[in-house]
Amino acid sequence: MLKISNINSFYGEVQVLKDVSLQVEQGEIVTIIGANAAGKSTLLSCVSRTLKSFDGQVEFNGTRIEKMKPDKIVDMGLVQCPEGRLLFPGLTVKENLELGAFSKRSRASKKERLEFVYSILPRLKERERQLAGSLSGGEAQMCAIGRGLMANPVLLMLDEPSLGLAPIVVQEIMGLIRNIRDEGTTILLVEQNVRQSLKLADRAYVLENGRIIMEGQGRELLNSEEVKKAYLGI
Amino acid sequence: MEQLIQVLISGLLSGGIYALASVGLTLIFGIVGLVNFAHGDYLMLAMYIAYWFFSLLGLVPYESMLLNLVIMAVLGYLTYKLLMERVLESSHSIQMLLTLGLSMVLQNLALMLWRADYRNIRVEVTNSTIDIGFLHLGTAKVIGFAVAIVASIILYYFLQKTYTGASMRAVAQNGKAAQLMGINLSRTYCMAFVIGTVLVGLAGLLLSPIYPAYPTIGNSFCTLCFIVVVIGGLSSVPGAIFGGLLIGVVESLAGYYIGSAFQQAAYFLLFILVLVFKPTGLFGHKG
Repeated sequence: MLKISNINSFYGEVQVLKDVSLQVEQGEIVTIIGANAAGKSTLLSCVSRTLKSFDGQVEFNGTRIEKMKPDKIVDMGLVQCPEGRLLFPGLTVKENLELGAFSKRSRASKKERLEFVYSILPRLKERERQLAGSLSGGEAQMCAIGRGLMANPVLLMLDEPSLGLAPIVVQEIMGLIRNIRDEGTTILLVEQNVRQSLKLADRAYVLENGRIIMEGQGRELLNSEEVKKAYLGI
Repeated sequence: MEQLIQVLISGLLSGGIYALASVGLTLIFGIVGLVNFAHGDYLMLAMYIAYWFFSLLGLVPYESMLLNLVIMAVLGYLTYKLLMERVLESSHSIQMLLTLGLSMVLQNLALMLWRADYRNIRVEVTNSTIDIGFLHLGTAKVIGFAVAIVASIILYYFLQKTYTGASMRAVAQNGKAAQLMGINLSRTYCMAFVIGTVLVGLAGLLLSPIYPAYPTIGNSFCTLCFIVVVIGGLSSVPGAIFGGLLIGVVESLAGYYIGSAFQQAAYFLLFILVLVFKPTGLFGHKG
């Protein structure tokens, strides 16, 4: 479904991504794990095209998208929930969610999408009139995911959804991600929380200093000595 | 006491038009992120357009309003597409040089095309007054105030209550996230720039029956708009409306009680006081 081939990206003189290639198939949860500054978010920015200068190819459902505008990519159903949530703090929860349906693919069905999001995230309904800036961390993350779902994504890319959340909330978010996949949305999850994301994922890639150094089944990597040593501290 | 009320209301009436022009600048700064030093020159252009419609076709500025605003929208669109769009990702200093340069070009173009003469529009409303009890209010000022306030409220409603308005606020708050929602940044910036230009054009048109048009009239209004925008808190529309009214009142009070030479000094003093005691502006937020 999503095929990334040979992406190289520079930040000034520093090469952030080195020949990164990966694939996501329909219905999968694929995770990219790696330490801070490994290039995970940069990779998603290349796919969403909020980063403009990079080399390489990105193919989504058979269409080359590496030269498309960001809004066209969302129109195709390739949607990103960015790192740090990036909610619109001065807008209400409901306004934030509604803007998630801005793209052509979901604007007409904004009402139905909102009902759907409220049905799986009822807490957002309770908070719909509140400013997004006043939400707690967990609620803000749910709002960000809900906003992503409003676009009716074919593939949802989640950038560090567990960042800064209490362990019990992380569990909740991971459960939510599984539900979203079970509803038919493919997931590409970028995480520093290696244990949780490997447990959840069908397949995983390990990104280190801008290079993919390992790939495999989620469970397989969870049990691999290298991952244990480098990321799980065992 | 009657004098004071007369002066206050007269100030409020001018303030309405200042507010309208400043709301335009606030939009351009808040959404597009551009510091537009040529803002006042679009006010000048709208005044000349009103003048030419009047002197060539005999149309009172209010009659040519629609055409005037359409021309302003086209000018705003061309300015955005030909110039502003190219510097959106440049540093602030490059952007300021561009808008300053544009301001000079527009002023000198006006000087070349229409000479430095003051162009007055003398129509019925110019000298007539509306009398309510002891109050004598210039008709053109009352109309200007009413139109300006209605336009500002419509804009505020548009930003707060419509989907497109929400998308513009979203872009102002976080451009990257807005892009990830599928909002086309360039289109939103263009829309904000055009609306901002149309609003300052409307302000120019409303001033045209009482102020002469001349090539550098934009300068003093541009400074005034910047002061209003800073006092209002940089990207707050209600702040700009309040700031505009406040400046109008301060200017009017200073003009009457101290002397007309102190009008500008008075609002600059207010500006400094706001910067000292509430640097984020009256309606601004930290950060």
